[in-house]
Amino acid sequence: MAEAPQIPDEAETRARWGDFAWTAENAAKAKEIIGRYPPGRAQSASLPLLDLAQRQVGAETQTQGWLPVPVIEFVAKQIGVPYMRVYEVATFYTMFNMAPVGRYHVQVCGTTPCMLAGSDEVLRACKSKGLSKGHTTADGLFTLTEVECLGVCANAPMVQVNDDNYEDLDYDRTIAVLEALAKGEQPQVGSQIGRRASCPEGGPTTLKEMVGENHDYRGQW
Amino acid sequence: MLADKDRIFTNLYGFQPWGLKAAQARGDWDNTKKLLEIGADTIIDRMKASGLRGRGGAGFPTGTKWGFMPKEPRPDRPNFLVINADESEPGSCKDREIIRHDPHKLIEGALVAGFAMRARAAYIYIRGEYIREAETLFAAVAEAYDAGLIGKNACGSGYDFDVFVHRGAGAYICGEETAMLESLEGKKGQPRLKPPFPAGAGLYGCPTTVNNVESIAVAPTILRRGPEWFASFGAENNRGTKLFQISGHVNKPCVVEDAMSIPFRQLIEEHCGGIRGGWDNLLAVIPGGSSVPLVPAAQIMDCPMDFDGLKALGSGLGTAAVIVMDKSTDIVRAISRISYFYKHESCGQCTPCREGTGWMWRVMERLRTGDADIGEIDTLFNVTKQIEGHTICALGDAAAWPIQGLIRHFRPELERRIAERQGDDFAPMQEAAE
Repeated sequence: MAEAPQIPDEAETRARWGDFAWTAENAAKAKEIIGRYPPGRAQSASLPLLDLAQRQVGAETQTQGWLPVPVIEFVAKQIGVPYMRVYEVATFYTMFNMAPVGRYHVQVCGTTPCMLAGSDEVLRACKSKGLSKGHTTADGLFTLTEVECLGVCANAPMVQVNDDNYEDLDYDRTIAVLEALAKGEQPQVGSQIGRRASCPEGGPTTLKEMVGENHDYRGQW
Repeated sequence: MLADKDRIFTNLYGFQPWGLKAAQARGDWDNTKKLLEIGADTIIDRMKASGLRGRGGAGFPTGTKWGFMPKEPRPDRPNFLVINADESEPGSCKDREIIRHDPHKLIEGALVAGFAMRARAAYIYIRGEYIREAETLFAAVAEAYDAGLIGKNACGSGYDFDVFVHRGAGAYICGEETAMLESLEGKKGQPRLKPPFPAGAGLYGCPTTVNNVESIAVAPTILRRGPEWFASFGAENNRGTKLFQISGHVNKPCVVEDAMSIPFRQLIEEHCGGIRGGWDNLLAVIPGGSSVPLVPAAQIMDCPMDFDGLKALGSGLGTAAVIVMDKSTDIVRAISRISYFYKHESCGQCTPCREGTGWMWRVMERLRTGDADIGEIDTLFNVTKQIEGHTICALGDAAAWPIQGLIRHFRPELERRIAERQGDDFAPMQEAAE
C-alpha cells in the first residue's frame, strides 16, 4: 500500500470543498450526461460525473484535479445513490485522483511494450528533472505516476500529461517535453519524431494514395 | 500483400479528415438504408457466411453471437448493443486508430449490427485514457445525428436507433464483457457470474450483446462487398482481414491491416522493416497481447498469424497485438512486468486472482534476480495452474498464461540465474562430480 495516496485531512477538506456545486456550464453538461441513460438509471452517470467534478476541481485549483470527499458526496446526491456506492467507484478506477496532484500529472506507461521500447529512459529523464513516483514537485508543477498500458503500444514509449499524449519518446525528447511544460508552453502532442499516428516511420507501406488525397478505392472493387 | 482496394480501414493513419463528409467520400454511409432492407436475419446469415470471428481476442463467430439475441424483444426489456472500446490489453492499439481516424465506420457498423440484433440503442464504452479519441467519437456521433443517419428513422429506414458514448475511467477489467456492463451501470467493474449470459440478461437486466470495435466496424464493408469477398482472405476458419499492431523490437513499429493467416516473417518484413538487428537476433514473440503465452523465435518465424496457427503453438492470436522481443531483452523482467500489470488490474473479487497475481509477481521478481530455489520454478508453475480456470472471469487465466509460457520455453534461463546467484554453493558439487 506504499503507493496508496495520502488522503488529506478531512476537516480542512470539508472547509474548502463543503459547498461544492456545479458551475452553470457544468450543470448543463451534467444534465446532458444523465440524459444518456434510461430513466431511473442515473447511477450509470457516476463515472462521467466524477470525471466532470474532478475537472471542475482541477479548473478551480489549476491542476489536473482530484476528488475531495464532499465532492463525491455531491455527485452521489445528484444521482440519488448512497455515498458509499460512489466512493467505492471513485477508489476503484485509477483515473480518479484521491489526493491533490500537480499542475501536470505526468503518467509514464511502464508496461512491457513501453518497457521494451525504453520507458526506463523516460523515467530516468523524469527523475533528472526532480520528479519522483507518487510525489508532486515542490513548485506544485509535476506529479509523476507510473501507469499501466495506455494503449499506444505502436508509438512506445509514451507519457500522458493531463489530456494529451506524447509518444515515441527517449531521454532527450522527454526532457524537452517537460521543459516546455515547465515554461508554460504547449509542446507538440502525439509523436515526437514527426511520425503520422501509428504509420511506419518513413512513410506508409500501404494505402499510399491516402497521403495526398482522400482516395476512394471503390472504383477498384 | 493484401491489395489496397481490399483494405477496410483506408484512413487508418489519419492522413485525411475523420469527419462525415470525408468519410462519405471514402464510401461510408453509402446508402445504408439499402443494407438494412435485406432484413435482420439476412444480415446475420451473411455475417455468418463471411466467417468473421470476434476481434476482441476470444474469436467467437460474430454472426452467431448476434443470432443469440431475442428476435422479438419485449417493450419493457429492449435489446442493447454494447461496443467494447476499452482497449487496454498491453500491446493493443487498433481500436484507437479506428476511433480517431475512421469513427464513422464504427457508428455505421453500430447501426447495422444493432438493427440485425433488434437493439434499441448502442453504448460505445471507450476507455477513459482515450481522451482525445473520445472527443472525436462524441463529435462523430453528433454529426451522424445531425445528418439523420442515426436517431429516429435512422437513414430513412424507419428504424429508431440511438448511439451513446460512455467513457471509462482506467480499469483494465472493464474490457471483460460483464465487468463492462457493471461499469456502464455506474458500479465497480467487477465481472458477473455467468450464466445468465448477457444475451439473456445484460445491461440493466436486458438482452445485450458486447462486441469489439473492430468486429462492428468491419460489418458494413462486409455487407457491401459480400461475405464471399471477406471469406476470400485467410485460411479456413480464420477468414478476413485484420488490424495487426506490432510493437517492441522491430525497426518500424506500426499498426497495419493485412490478410489473416499472413506468415509472421512476411508481416514483419513488409510493414515493420524487419527485426532490429536481423532475424538471428529475434528471441521471442508475444503474438496476441500480454495475456497469451510467448512463442520462441524458431517456432514463430513462419507461423501463420491466425487463431488456429497460433493455437497450435500453445499461444493465441488474441487481439493480434504482436510484441516482438530481440536478444537484448531481459525476458524474465518482460514477463514479470506483465505479472505486475495483472496484479495492478485484478478487480479483487476472486481470491485466487486477488492473492495469486501479487504472489506470482513477487516470485517472478525473485526469479528475475535469481534469488530463489530451483524448486520454486515448479511451485510457481503449479500455482499458475491453480489460478487458471478458478476465477469468475479470464483475468486469472490471463495472468497465469504468460508465466506458463516463460517456464515452458525459458526454464534454462531461470535456472541459470538461480545458479549464478548461488554460484558458491553450486561450484563444489560440480567439482566433486569430476
